[in-house]
Amino acid sequence: MLKKTVLAGLALGFGLMASAAMAASNFKVVYIGKNTGNPYFDSITGGFVDACKKIGCEFEFVAPATAEATSQIPFIEAQIQRGVNVIAIAPNSPDAMNQVLDKARAKGILVLTVNGDIVGSEGHRDANILPVDFTKTGPNQVELMGSMIGYKGEIAILSATTEAPDQNTWIAAMKKTLAENPKYKDMKLVATVYGDDQPEKSTTEMEALLSNYPNLVGVIAPTTVGIAAGAQVVKSRGIANKVHVTGLGLPSEMRDFVKDGTVSAFQLWSPYNEGWLAAYFADGVLNGKIKNTVGTKFDVPSLGSITILEKNVMNTQAELTTFDKANIDKFNF
Amino acid sequence: MIGSLLRRREAGILLMIVLFCVFVGILRPRFLTLDQFRIILLLIPLIMIGAMGQMLVIIARHVDLSIGSIQGLAAMLTALMFKFHPEIPWGFGFVVAIGVGLGLGVINGVLVTAFNLPAIIVTLGTLSLYRGLTFIVSNAKQIDRQFVPAALKAMSQDSPTYAVPWIIVIALAVAMATYWFANRTLVGRQIYAMGSNPIAAPLRGIRVNAVTILVFAISGALAGLSGIMYASRWGFVNPSNTGTGFEFQVIAAVVIGGVSINGGVGSVPGVVLGVFLMGCVSAALPLLGIPGTSQAAIYGAVIVIALLIDRSVRMRANAALSSARGRE
Repeated sequence: MLKKTVLAGLALGFGLMASAAMAASNFKVVYIGKNTGNPYFDSITGGFVDACKKIGCEFEFVAPATAEATSQIPFIEAQIQRGVNVIAIAPNSPDAMNQVLDKARAKGILVLTVNGDIVGSEGHRDANILPVDFTKTGPNQVELMGSMIGYKGEIAILSATTEAPDQNTWIAAMKKTLAENPKYKDMKLVATVYGDDQPEKSTTEMEALLSNYPNLVGVIAPTTVGIAAGAQVVKSRGIANKVHVTGLGLPSEMRDFVKDGTVSAFQLWSPYNEGWLAAYFADGVLNGKIKNTVGTKFDVPSLGSITILEKNVMNTQAELTTFDKANIDKFNF
Repeated sequence: MIGSLLRRREAGILLMIVLFCVFVGILRPRFLTLDQFRIILLLIPLIMIGAMGQMLVIIARHVDLSIGSIQGLAAMLTALMFKFHPEIPWGFGFVVAIGVGLGLGVINGVLVTAFNLPAIIVTLGTLSLYRGLTFIVSNAKQIDRQFVPAALKAMSQDSPTYAVPWIIVIALAVAMATYWFANRTLVGRQIYAMGSNPIAAPLRGIRVNAVTILVFAISGALAGLSGIMYASRWGFVNPSNTGTGFEFQVIAAVVIGGVSINGGVGSVPGVVLGVFLMGCVSAALPLLGIPGTSQAAIYGAVIVIALLIDRSVRMRANAALSSARGRE
């Protein structure tokens, strides 16, 4: 029995790997994720795979074991040698890969940053695809939190790592929104803590928040690991109706919490659409249908009109998507 | 004489726990509440289970660095079974997790004995090998919460009695069984004898290779058990997160608990206290509002300080022992 299960697991693993390699077609695209085993990237990959089926490209996903600044460099080198036409990457560092990216571009490879950018080194990639205008994240999250607690009471933020640039941008925007918009004057941010995107640490930090701030009514966790850990804590303590947890989460991880009422709503964008847009954009540029210059507008099936913004940035959607009981079953990432 | 020495060493760890808790309690009175005690108890079961196996390995003068990867692989294979065969009763997951861990532990033990290789090198290799296999079998994908049986997750929250969750009851049972095994069985005593004098052990009729494979098998089986408990406690299994750094926490707890890295010395009560001290520190740091950037450094510093205090207590005890012997 045991042996059978082990074999089934092994067979399944190999089966999935084999199916990830697509049939030959008009160009080769690779997406290099931050690290392996991160469910978030499965969804982006899904967008690439489906788009490649439609437009005819060969897609591969690769990622290093850990999300370190330099761990992606050997992967880029290998892909250059393999002769891909497009390298899409979720960069682990804003500048560590500049040289190797330049080498790729010198060989005529289209370099796209997807789901994150090399801020300050934008000249080393061709274009950047972000799910949403990230300046909206902070205000959208504060509004959702406010609507859950009647715009009144003590709240806290449970973040990922202290040095994560996107987290810090969002937290700064949340603080600014709370301070400047009179609608939120009765909401008081009492603490910002960091769970390092580890379930154990996020849980201890969440427990400490509850101990240190007995009047807490809400926690915003703008990270998928943090929101799941926070939800688990309020659920197991049976206080989900007193301390409301929200933030940015994956529908697949949050489904149970939404259905049992632990979390009434949370937000995210569609990582799937990032892969989808990146593939269509690459196809357009390589075939001369899209000019990669600021201000260019082009149509993408199911996304509508996309505009290339300043610094060659593209967004897949205008506002964050809010997930709740009514719509969560429509999303399977 | 040895008994009283051991008692004194455990008293030293207990003293450290009391001093630490009083210190934190003065700064944050909330630390000394029943609620906080519950948080600490929920932090330690996995480390406790891993530490019982590791203690036996270290007493036998070896070390097992691969337990975090065994936890990850056992948890992943169990979770894959839950995902693709939900019709199998969830309790069977324990058989799978412990069985996988046992098998991986036996591989460690056989490599160490058959090829006469140092355990630190063998398990450093299998640490990477088992982690790599976890990535392969899972295709580097996380098993999400919805695939982990609700009854398994409930074990970390529901309790059979006195509001003590099952996961803590299991950890305590493992500690008690290890105590019995180490102190009341022939093989248990042989592990101590082997660790304190590996050259004399075979001359005394101890089957050194068999006992060595056994300690690695126990360590692996318990790491496997901690794997399914990980799925219970956190509700998901991730190929890169699950078990990563587990060996560090466990070995630190075991050494703080007074187990000599030179083999032959160590007790279950000491290790239990060592694990508890680690839990207290983990729970106290965020409560004190220490920023995430400094927590790792402070956590490490506490371990080093605990070892230094332990060492000085032990040297004084040894001095007292030898002067007492001198008088005899």
